[in-house]
Amino acid sequence: MNYNKIIKYGLTAVISLAILFFLQRLLVPKYVDDIVEGAFVAEYYEEVKDHDVIFVGDCEVYETYSPLVLWEEYGINSYIRGSAQQYIFQSYYLVEDTLRYETPDVVVFNIQSLQYDEAQSEAYNRMTLEGMKWSKTKVDAINASMKEGEQFLDYVFPILRYHTRWSALTDADFQYLFDKKKVSHNGYYMRVDVKPAENVPEGRPLGNYAFGENAWKYLDMMRELCEEKGVTLLLVKAPSLYPYWYPEYEEQVEAYAKEHGLRYINLLEDADAIGLDYSVDTYDAGLHMNLSGAEKCARFLGHVLSVEYGLEDRRGESALDASWQMKKEAYEAEIAAQKIKYGIEE
Amino acid sequence: MLFTSYLFLGFLALVLILYYVLPKRAQWPLLLIASYVFYFAAGAHFLLYMFSTTVTIWGAAVLIDKNHAAQKAYLKEHKEGMDREALKAYRSSQKKIRFRYFLAALLVNLLVLAVVKYANFFIDNVNGVLKAFGSGEGLSFVNIALPMGISFYTFQAIGYLVDVYRGNTPAEKSLPRFALFVSFFPQVVQGPINRFGEMAPTLYAPHGFDGRQVSFGLQRVLWGYFKKMVIADRILVAVTAIFGDPSHQGAYVFVGMIFYRLQLYADFSGGIDITIGIAEALGISLRENFNRPYFSKSLPEYWRRWHMSMNAWFRDYIFYPLSTSPALVALTKAVRKRFGAGAGKRVPLYISSFAAWAATGIWHGASWNFVVWGLTNWFILMLSEELTPLYARFRKMTHTEHKRSYDVFQIGRTFLLIGCVNLFDCHATLGSTFRSFASMFTMNNYHIIGDGSLLQLGLSGLDYVILAGAWLLVLAVSLVQRKGSVRAQIEPLPYAVKYVMFFGLFLIVLLMGAYGVGYDQSQFIYNRF
Amino acid sequence: MKELLEILEELHPEVAFEEETALVDDGILDSLDIVSLIGEIKRVFDVTVTAGDIIPENFNTVQAMMDLITRLEDED
Repeated sequence: MNYNKIIKYGLTAVISLAILFFLQRLLVPKYVDDIVEGAFVAEYYEEVKDHDVIFVGDCEVYETYSPLVLWEEYGINSYIRGSAQQYIFQSYYLVEDTLRYETPDVVVFNIQSLQYDEAQSEAYNRMTLEGMKWSKTKVDAINASMKEGEQFLDYVFPILRYHTRWSALTDADFQYLFDKKKVSHNGYYMRVDVKPAENVPEGRPLGNYAFGENAWKYLDMMRELCEEKGVTLLLVKAPSLYPYWYPEYEEQVEAYAKEHGLRYINLLEDADAIGLDYSVDTYDAGLHMNLSGAEKCARFLGHVLSVEYGLEDRRGESALDASWQMKKEAYEAEIAAQKIKYGIEE
Repeated sequence: MLFTSYLFLGFLALVLILYYVLPKRAQWPLLLIASYVFYFAAGAHFLLYMFSTTVTIWGAAVLIDKNHAAQKAYLKEHKEGMDREALKAYRSSQKKIRFRYFLAALLVNLLVLAVVKYANFFIDNVNGVLKAFGSGEGLSFVNIALPMGISFYTFQAIGYLVDVYRGNTPAEKSLPRFALFVSFFPQVVQGPINRFGEMAPTLYAPHGFDGRQVSFGLQRVLWGYFKKMVIADRILVAVTAIFGDPSHQGAYVFVGMIFYRLQLYADFSGGIDITIGIAEALGISLRENFNRPYFSKSLPEYWRRWHMSMNAWFRDYIFYPLSTSPALVALTKAVRKRFGAGAGKRVPLYISSFAAWAATGIWHGASWNFVVWGLTNWFILMLSEELTPLYARFRKMTHTEHKRSYDVFQIGRTFLLIGCVNLFDCHATLGSTFRSFASMFTMNNYHIIGDGSLLQLGLSGLDYVILAGAWLLVLAVSLVQRKGSVRAQIEPLPYAVKYVMFFGLFLIVLLMGAYGVGYDQSQFIYNRF
Repeated sequence: MKELLEILEELHPEVAFEEETALVDDGILDSLDIVSLIGEIKRVFDVTVTAGDIIPENFNTVQAMMDLITRLEDED
């Protein structure tokens, strides 16, 4: 092959790959202006990995605790690695993934996802897995999550998954082609609006309350991994009124915690101690905490972490002070912006 | 491993690379291994069926060939001393031996095909008869999975057996080589049904890397994926919606009939483009299966241009031998004596083509719907044969012999006619087929074409726009094709233009193809047969 | 030759076959006749005319047909 030909075909390959790369960036959902939950997992990697506490779990972690409150009131540097409908196997791999970068003192896992033995929705799989950086952990996470009909290659080349999105592109897809803006506050999803919880329905009786084998397997794995790395595993249940948390579920978790000497805190039972008022602390009638609820929960959990677990107060470390100062500004700016958005008076 | 799966694309890339990297003598063995891996992926036990076909037909052909050779050697030595009668007696005695080998292998393979494909059809009909005679209990159905492509590879192997028996092609002595002919992975699923004599020279020959040939092959593969993924798998949604719901009658049947025509062509010819393209990239030439069939002006012409390899098979191996068989010759004579020459000479044609079309029908599927489908084709073909002189007179009278408008009329008429015949294919039972056919004429709901009802069939307005655009592209390519190979016509264009064309086509498939989550990966329609 | 002429005359008694030079091209023998003819040839001469042999040149004259038959007979 002569020199000219090499240039010709080389150039062809470069141009083709560039076009494909650009198209892929364009077509992949940006999760910036709506469904921001899809962007959370990726944001972690931009942080300085020096956290005392890592949260994993579904919406019951990323909407229930405000890391800023944990910092400001207890000096705990925390990060929430939550994502929408995060399944337990995904939580496990996110812990594994986190441990590649840092070793926190405590991992807090919200046990609501124990009820799902396998992935329920491809869309939620994508939102959790896409943001992970490539590693063996991610490969394992994908393999553990894929539903029937999903293809591994679709995760490697997301353009294959989103190839039809060209007809649904928005301005945001172009605006955030290469640079995304932060949508969470250390993994916390802020909402300032209020929708009181009224008439929360009782749970329908289920045929079977026992958690599945697969779910238990990953809880075991998470526990063992934490033991091995000297990380304290704390199990929690967020104070969400709905989806209904069955007493039968509670018994199983309590039994497990007892058997393995783990601490399990059900914030539903501590609602009074937390000072929760479901008429002001939730934005969607009891499913999720709003800012006020999340700050109260953080205050409550921070007390446990700092007093019972003796986590060090790190306020005064200059790097952390500086970084949290900036985070606080972003936090307050968003509060102000949301208040305008939802028409809330001070 | 569907053609439209990532796995197949990876498999194909690997085979292509190995094919040109390995020493040339390893090329056909590589294809054999690849073909068996491909077939194995469909189901390990399916290999057993294919292997039994391979061995029986290979063995019979070798025996037939040996006998042939022995006969030749014997005649060479003794011919001078034999009179004509002795010669005839000797030949016929040898032929009988060969016929036994032939028949044994044929029956074994037809039996296997009959059991796996038609056992339940047979049981169903027996049960129907039993029920009619008041017996409450029927036979129970057998549970046999249909081995992938069995109708195609069995017919291809039988065709070879006939060719060897007739002395048209020498037998392949090597079992592995013959096994490749039966199993060659690009064509094993849906044909085309190839002839050994045509395929063998390029199948086993060593091939050096020829950039032009590989690129031509891959261009055709891409075009096949375009037809399959952008058109066929998209329109499939609407076709399924229409024929899956019995309340869709009248205009819906009309629309569904046209959609099904488009789907079937895009699906089947797209699949064949992929098959022939892959073979071409490997330096192997296969039979063509389509010759722009929707430009046909009559049903006989259509059947010479659509699924050509199957049609040729039935013509060469059923119609032709049957029409010259002793029984039919005798019958022809008798009829000629009683009813005159005109009737006499129609006998072989009518009877043989009847048999060929009944066989074609049952080959397509184990149901009465397909039998009636085949016989409807036969009926229209015969009608068309009889009416040809009448049409010619009509055209002479109206001076439309050379008018393009009449051509267009004929093309449209043929298209609709085939559409109607293919309704048998869209329905599971004869009753529902006839009901929906009649409703096209009796039900006046043609307003649905303009009032947005078509948007309720699972396709959006955008989908229809894509379909229309893609179909125009297919049409344009077909028109260019009349002047010869499209790829050869594109070849002299500047590199940048070609790059834009082919990379653009690739992007269209990538972005507009109906694949992945949200689209069911649909099998190629002709896999079923 | 005699046997072949008998077959042909049975098909078309009105034609003087030995004088014709373009039986197929002139439309005296149509495709249906050819099919009958091949069946008869098979029966009488015990040779099989294959699809590849069905070209007008092989059937335009009686001599051409005879040549074809002889060739097929010698093939074995």
